[in-house]
Amino acid sequence: MSIYLNKESKVIVQGITGGEGTKHTALMLKAGTNIVGGVNARKAGTTVSHKDKDGNDIELPVFGSVEEAMEKTGADVSVVFVPPKFAKDAAVEAIEAGIGLLVVITEGIPVQDTAEFFNLSLTKTGADGKPVTRIIGPNCPGVITPGEALAGITPANITTKGPIGLVSKSGTLTYQMMYELRDIGFSTSIGIGGDPVIGTTHIDALEAFEADPDTKAIVMIGEIGGDAEERAAEYIKANVTKPVVGYVAGFTAPEGKTMGHAGAIVSGSSGTAEAKKEALEAAGVKVGKTPSATAQLLREIIDGDSAGGAASPVETVKEKAGEVIDKVKGAVKKD
Amino acid sequence: MDLYEYQARDLFEAHGVPVLAGIVAQTPEEAKAAAEQIGGVVVVKAQVKVGGRGKAGGVKLAKTPQEAYEHAQAILGMDIKGHTVHRVMIAQGADIAEEYYFSILLDRAERNYLAMCSKEGGVEIEQLAVESPEKLVKYNFDPNTGLDEKAATEIAEQAGFSAEEIPALAEVFQQLWGAFAKEDATLVEVNPLVKTGEGKIIALDGKVTVDDNAAFRQPGHAELVDESAEDPLEAKAKANDLNYVKLDGEVGIIGNGAGLVMSTLDVVAYAGEDHNGVKPANFLDIGGGASAEVMANGLDVILGDDQVKSVFVNVFGGITSCDAVANGIVNALKILGDSATKPLVVRLDGNNVEEGRRILAEANHPLVITADTMDGGADKAAELANK
Repeated sequence: MSIYLNKESKVIVQGITGGEGTKHTALMLKAGTNIVGGVNARKAGTTVSHKDKDGNDIELPVFGSVEEAMEKTGADVSVVFVPPKFAKDAAVEAIEAGIGLLVVITEGIPVQDTAEFFNLSLTKTGADGKPVTRIIGPNCPGVITPGEALAGITPANITTKGPIGLVSKSGTLTYQMMYELRDIGFSTSIGIGGDPVIGTTHIDALEAFEADPDTKAIVMIGEIGGDAEERAAEYIKANVTKPVVGYVAGFTAPEGKTMGHAGAIVSGSSGTAEAKKEALEAAGVKVGKTPSATAQLLREIIDGDSAGGAASPVETVKEKAGEVIDKVKGAVKKD
Repeated sequence: MDLYEYQARDLFEAHGVPVLAGIVAQTPEEAKAAAEQIGGVVVVKAQVKVGGRGKAGGVKLAKTPQEAYEHAQAILGMDIKGHTVHRVMIAQGADIAEEYYFSILLDRAERNYLAMCSKEGGVEIEQLAVESPEKLVKYNFDPNTGLDEKAATEIAEQAGFSAEEIPALAEVFQQLWGAFAKEDATLVEVNPLVKTGEGKIIALDGKVTVDDNAAFRQPGHAELVDESAEDPLEAKAKANDLNYVKLDGEVGIIGNGAGLVMSTLDVVAYAGEDHNGVKPANFLDIGGGASAEVMANGLDVILGDDQVKSVFVNVFGGITSCDAVANGIVNALKILGDSATKPLVVRLDGNNVEEGRRILAEANHPLVITADTMDGGADKAAELANK
């Protein structure tokens, strides 16, 4: 099992004929992804040559629209590689066509464009009342279910399949964590992106990992800016029974300076790494000081579990949470 | 990018938002001339991108052009919370009857737009939101619908304005929405929005933040960049398409991916605690590719910082595997030649790491020290910076 993406997923690539699209289509195929075609209105009716994961030559059809691609191939996932200028139109097209999962890799999309296509997706609901299209990103590495499929740009050969679910705002920091824990392995790893407005949030991923029987523990990586980590902490406290370890980047980031991601900025007292760490710890999440310390915390949980130790790690973590919450309350009162 | 008040005023004017006359001045002479041109009582206002300038003495009333000259002389060059005042705005004096608050911003949590309004403006809005939240109307709206007349009217009603006051306010709210949407803003704030003695609504002081990602379709925004306020190293990095932020420390940092670089800064700061408190000197993300040319450009910027005593190169080899990154570093050092003078601690991890380390070992560059882990590399770089 996994979340959002598996070997049955039928994937199309919007921007399959461009430089990035070509390069990453090849890598996604190599990772085992069932890519069934791509979209480029100007090259509709042509094909692009690639190799499947076994090295056999294949021809992938290029369609004129997402709607046509879905009709002809049954595609349910689209990965967007088109440049920022055209990304909104590409996303709107996929949402209008009713794609199930839309992974927007593109970096540098104006945030008003993202706000517009995200809110459009909320209006296109299915029979269950939920939006038909789940958006991941933009400005993200995408989603990988190791050994099954990759929809995005995560290097597939740095890790293995296993029981950890990972959700992160950052790309390379995610790769670092996947690599450090490659011996244990991952059910699914999702990079949700570092922009101010993103589709899938930490909370969405936590909910999905909690429901996924093959995910035994969760790593959540956050960074400065916004309050997504704080809200995720509240969600964990109320809804997540699986052990969660966390990491937050940006403790040394000064106020008012954007650290690479459009959303990574400390403004006033909001968005600091310290506040996020405290919120997570108060929710019972063990937070590592460094990526390697975080990986070690996860390792201890998995090892404790397999050793069948006396106290379940979940219980221990929840107990700790109580202590921390009391401490925080005490600190607030003192002020 | 945050705009200066005078830039916000100009932008409001361009979108039909009612504003008073305002002229920017960089010298006392210009300030005097501006005061003469506007006529009557003017206000000399320091142009800095921080709040609290009134308390700091950066806002003064001038009854005559000569007074405007004197105030400008005092205010120009003043330091307000670490920001040097390079410009003042000479603004027409206002006949203020009432002060309100209005803003539109991107709501990251709700992932739509938020309009806020209060009949009690002119004060710190954060304070009002905490102390009297009932006085601050918060109104979320769909980016695809925008702030139409109905929404603007509802906001004014909820804020407690009377039926006679509402039409004029609703019109200004919609004009401000027009500015927000057309300028790719993420924040448009008017504080105070005033009603004059004659009953006119005027945006007296504005804050605007525009989205840098929209630069490709906002050609006018390039002119709003204040190059004089930019750090020269940041400007140099920007010219090379590098994502660089200057910080105050001794260990130069170079890495790939914003999250990993942010994390590297933290790890170096922790390591610095054991080495006389040395700190990271910068944030520099060279992106996923890490080619020789990009690496050379990045190192060039970092080594241009006189404060830097050592450099920590922290790269995760994903799609660009470690052997390519290692070759990039070796070639970057060739490109830089004698201008590379500081020790370089290199930590590579990820795909093909053994080959990457072998390439670095074989090159045996006198400045390069390799580290196996991020924590170990940070410690080594901090140690070298403390020598």
